[in-house]
Amino acid sequence: MNDKSISLLCGIIFGIGLVISGMTNPEKVIGFLSITHNWDASLIFVMGGAIITAGPFFYFFRNKEFSALGDKINLPAKQNIDKKLILGSSLFGVGWGLVGLCPGPAISALATFDPITLVFLLSMAAGVLVKKNTIK
Amino acid sequence: MNNFTPFSALLGGIIIGLSVVFYFYSTGRLAGISGIFENAMTGTSKRLSNLAFLLGLVIGPLIYFNFIASTPVAFNITHSYLLIIPGGFLVGFGTRLGGGCTSGHGICGIGRLSVNSIIATGIFVAVGMVTVTILQQFGVYL
Repeated sequence: MNDKSISLLCGIIFGIGLVISGMTNPEKVIGFLSITHNWDASLIFVMGGAIITAGPFFYFFRNKEFSALGDKINLPAKQNIDKKLILGSSLFGVGWGLVGLCPGPAISALATFDPITLVFLLSMAAGVLVKKNTIK
Repeated sequence: MNNFTPFSALLGGIIIGLSVVFYFYSTGRLAGISGIFENAMTGTSKRLSNLAFLLGLVIGPLIYFNFIASTPVAFNITHSYLLIIPGGFLVGFGTRLGGGCTSGHGICGIGRLSVNSIIATGIFVAVGMVTVTILQQFGVYL
């Protein structure tokens, strides 16, 4: 298998996991963020399940230099916690709270054929492009 | 907590975790969707692979809807453009400024015990909770 087919397969598995987890449904995500009203803790189990599954492998592979396909592995370097991280994560939090979609579920939601998901994605693409063209 | 679905949430999370591991082991890249989304739009290397991953994110649910699910899958979203357009924009802008989203910081980053990712996740979850609580004060639910 080459890089493209593995990426496609991983996307498919990720997408199936998202749907089973319930996180493609903005109502579930808003339910998690709705801490003072009818709180739904399911999202913790999704992130927890993924972290507990992936974490030990990341630890096991921590000194790996090359991927199975032979590419050099470049993991994000340790950085100081800076204004960008804090401001960016805060703005993301506002957007996440307004609609209940983050990037993965926003793309998977196209499978519902609800046109509003396309409006969300185009707005998200605009946000990515504005960031890329204004801030280094 | 009458909508709490811990078992399907955990199962879905484990499947997502397996995808993240297989992707990292095979390609050496982290499955952070906001980064993959940016690369698919403007990247100079592995652009088609990033596009393929996004295509998979749509195909996966279609397979699930049509061949696996026994009942229709719930999808309830606001249809107010006043929420959708700024919401989408802030998700795109904020995740790229902050260097990751729920998958990149929340799953891959925390999975790697990155302090930055733990802080980023704490911030976007807390701010998301505040945002939803404020909206509810103005009578906006969902």
